[in-house]
Amino acid sequence: MAKDFYTVIGLEVHAQLLTASKMFCSCRADVADLEPNTAVCPVCLGLPGVLPVANRAAVEMTLRTGLALGCEIADATKWDRKNYSYPDLVKWYQISQYDLPLCLGGQLEVAGPDGEPRRIGITRVHLEEDTARMIHDRDPDGLERSLVDVNRSGIPLMEIVSEPDMDSPELAGSYLRELRDILVHLEVSSGEMQEGAFRCDANISIWPMGQPMGNSKVEIKNMNSFRAVQRALAFEEKRQRQVWEETGSPPVQETRGWSEARGQTLSQRVKEDAHDYRYFPDPDLPPLHVAGEIVQRLRSQMPPLPRQIRTELAEVEIVGADADQLISDRALLAFFQEARALYPDARRLANRVLNELVQHLRAEGSSLADGRVTAGGLVELLELEDAGRISVRMAAEILKEMVVSGRSAADLASQMGEQISDADALGGIVREVIAANPQAVADFRAGKKQAAGFLVGQVMKATRGKANPGMVNREIAAELAQ
Amino acid sequence: MSQLCSLSLAETRAGLDAGEFSSLEVTCAYLERIEALNPGLGAYLLVTDELAKEQARAADKRIAAGSAGPLTGVPIALKDVLATRGIRTTCASRMLSEFVPPYDAFVVERLREAGAVFLGKANMDEFAMGSSNENSAFYPVRNPWDLDRVPGGSSGGSAAAVAADLAVAALGSDTGGSIRQPAALCGTVGLKPTYGRVSRYGLVAFASSLDQIGPITKTVRDAATLLGAIAGHDPRDSTSLSLAPEDFESGFGRSIAGLRIGVPVEYFAAGLDPRVESAVMDAIALFADLGAEPVRVSLPHTRYALSTYYLLAPAEASSNLARFHGVRYGLRVEDDDVDAMMSRTRGAGFGAEVKRRIMLGTYALSAGYYDAFYLKAQKARTLIRADFDQAFEQCDLLLAATSPTTAFELGERSDDPLSMYLSDVLTIPANIAGLPAMSIPCGFAEGLPVGMQLIGGELQEGTLLQAANAFERAAHVAHRAPARAV
Repeated sequence: MAKDFYTVIGLEVHAQLLTASKMFCSCRADVADLEPNTAVCPVCLGLPGVLPVANRAAVEMTLRTGLALGCEIADATKWDRKNYSYPDLVKWYQISQYDLPLCLGGQLEVAGPDGEPRRIGITRVHLEEDTARMIHDRDPDGLERSLVDVNRSGIPLMEIVSEPDMDSPELAGSYLRELRDILVHLEVSSGEMQEGAFRCDANISIWPMGQPMGNSKVEIKNMNSFRAVQRALAFEEKRQRQVWEETGSPPVQETRGWSEARGQTLSQRVKEDAHDYRYFPDPDLPPLHVAGEIVQRLRSQMPPLPRQIRTELAEVEIVGADADQLISDRALLAFFQEARALYPDARRLANRVLNELVQHLRAEGSSLADGRVTAGGLVELLELEDAGRISVRMAAEILKEMVVSGRSAADLASQMGEQISDADALGGIVREVIAANPQAVADFRAGKKQAAGFLVGQVMKATRGKANPGMVNREIAAELAQ
Repeated sequence: MSQLCSLSLAETRAGLDAGEFSSLEVTCAYLERIEALNPGLGAYLLVTDELAKEQARAADKRIAAGSAGPLTGVPIALKDVLATRGIRTTCASRMLSEFVPPYDAFVVERLREAGAVFLGKANMDEFAMGSSNENSAFYPVRNPWDLDRVPGGSSGGSAAAVAADLAVAALGSDTGGSIRQPAALCGTVGLKPTYGRVSRYGLVAFASSLDQIGPITKTVRDAATLLGAIAGHDPRDSTSLSLAPEDFESGFGRSIAGLRIGVPVEYFAAGLDPRVESAVMDAIALFADLGAEPVRVSLPHTRYALSTYYLLAPAEASSNLARFHGVRYGLRVEDDDVDAMMSRTRGAGFGAEVKRRIMLGTYALSAGYYDAFYLKAQKARTLIRADFDQAFEQCDLLLAATSPTTAFELGERSDDPLSMYLSDVLTIPANIAGLPAMSIPCGFAEGLPVGMQLIGGELQEGTLLQAANAFERAAHVAHRAPARAV
């Protein structure tokens, strides 16, 4: 963005919570693999006469999030009804929190595009219920139809509203990733954007330098990946700049949808006034008092958060993309940390895990959760290599095979035949190779030093990679020196 | 067989236990009487005769096995606002004319477990909104004492059924007087418990912060028995109180000497029919004869109760009734456009009074009006509650008329919502304060029953019932069915 305009971005994140049951009934909350309308009951269907009962686990997850974000925890809070009419809202009101959210004010420190730390304010964190899901398709006769899947209705949904503190799409992306990582480490959200378990709406406006920020802004919806959020904001930044340049005034306040296919935002509806949701306290749910002991307990049970983990990794020289990769994948991090407790060289371990193991897993379409490769198994492999019993090349082959078959490193190593480190045995092979390659020997002696490498390669070939490369080098050098 | 139907709940239970008659016999007697009289009265919207006989047979087995409880084999009517699994539950609305809930209300579960017999679903004002039962989408209920008059509302079917011996007892619901006012107009006992005493799970909500389910019965003792059966904590209702089981008849037969009966001056104001006032004054005199001490008390914010109620109740109702839009259940008026479908469904499904209250409530909650209406009403609610707290420092219970008038004629007030709303002016404050209150018969005015209201402090149902029982015995106002209806 050129310096004649500045950008103001705020994000609203909705995260489905990883509770066993829904927000106000006992239906299961993990509905991802279920047939439509199978995880429903009179409460989440909004049938007449039934009543909500608040999910304690969801409240605690929200409080944990608030604590992680440095929010103030409300000691008295309440539930409000947000009234609006839409076919995916079974009761035509959503139970939410209006003026007394569970968590208020906080901040998140993220790395800015220039690497410098930036603080993004958190306005509030509150809890509500998800709506049902609309499916628009065609019936068997080819006519357009809209269907409602109520499975999603009532899943606990945590809303995290940021202050408009981000001045670039890149920074917004960093904030969103960091927030996602925190929620995943807190075990409150899967952080999956594609599946809609972690959603983001963005508010963006741009203003001429030197002019104060006004009230109007554009809300962007329908972004279902981290990349899409950044792309949509970048597109919108450019579009709004054009509007300013053409009209001399801010773009009209509206809601726009991101079209992944077209790579642009499209106008959805123009906001003339704020929608009147007629919020009022839900008379079916008594106000909620958060006991100080609960907050104390949650605070004491706080797991290490990304920022702390990042610091710890930096101490063992794991930084940048490597650290990001570990932090954004909790299973991988846990695997790494488990192995780290068994093996002293963190850097060497990280290389193996991030450069090799992850690629093999990806190639096989499997994951650490399969349990084929354990932290202990990987450490065993590294120790075999350190002891000189297998070569680097063998170790790479063995790791690949471990991912495929789940067999142990020791097992695979002995099957492949251990590394030849016996000086007598190697000496014989070296002498045979030298005898069989007089031209190379002549070349070496004529000053072509790379001919030694050729001879080393021939020894490795003859031993099918099992020869100890260091010893081969030494033996070849000794023979040629004679 | 007809005299079987004139027995109280206690008498019916005694007869069943003594083997004088079977539950099936009593049930069939009621079903016959309903068949004969309901077409003229309109008290029932649905008669569940097959289920009733089946339940009666099961009850007879239970009685024979010696494991009968206080309601086993007793034929009861349920207001059609209570969800009944597998049994149509309409709320007397076209919106739900075919709705069959897949679940029972908590109270219905309780009654099933107790072995009660369900005669059917009682008529009511649509979604419990009304004071005359003329707002039923299907047909009005007539007062058994005078078929040209209303039974009161909204539990008019429940009260008329009990009054006319078409049920031993009934359950109603009371948001602003909907148990007590029809009980008074029909000459029965009606009790609205403390808010939270009875679970609202399965009660189709009108105004959630005011609604309570309660008994309508022939005697005070029967009310205590039925209340005992339906009271108790329910984890599915977050507003349900966690209380130890209570014997609501424990004070029966004990002297009420020294009981301080507060007479609130504001309840004896303009609009109170002098004949009703005179019957209530006689009742106060009788209480004094029994050793109670009448005390003059003041509830100064009473005059704000009606307007407070008509802001809060419609506000909650506007949101509670939003779920009826035709997407998944209930009436649906088809249209190519989903918004038009929902809008047409609501237009066709709701009656005029329901629409009026939805509009009132929507207005009271709207941006720019919220503070002036809804919020102000909440503040008034706090003041009205405080009035009661102060009054109960000077007395043990309050006594007043239940309804300012006796039963009025059908059509008399139906074109004038304001005068209709005034029918509940004496009953509404107890709902606003969440207090227990009951209506018991205290005499007649020109052949029509007059009801007296007792209001207690929070959870003081025992005191109310004790006083009511003492009065009932002293005044000899034991239940009698109106001759004209039979």
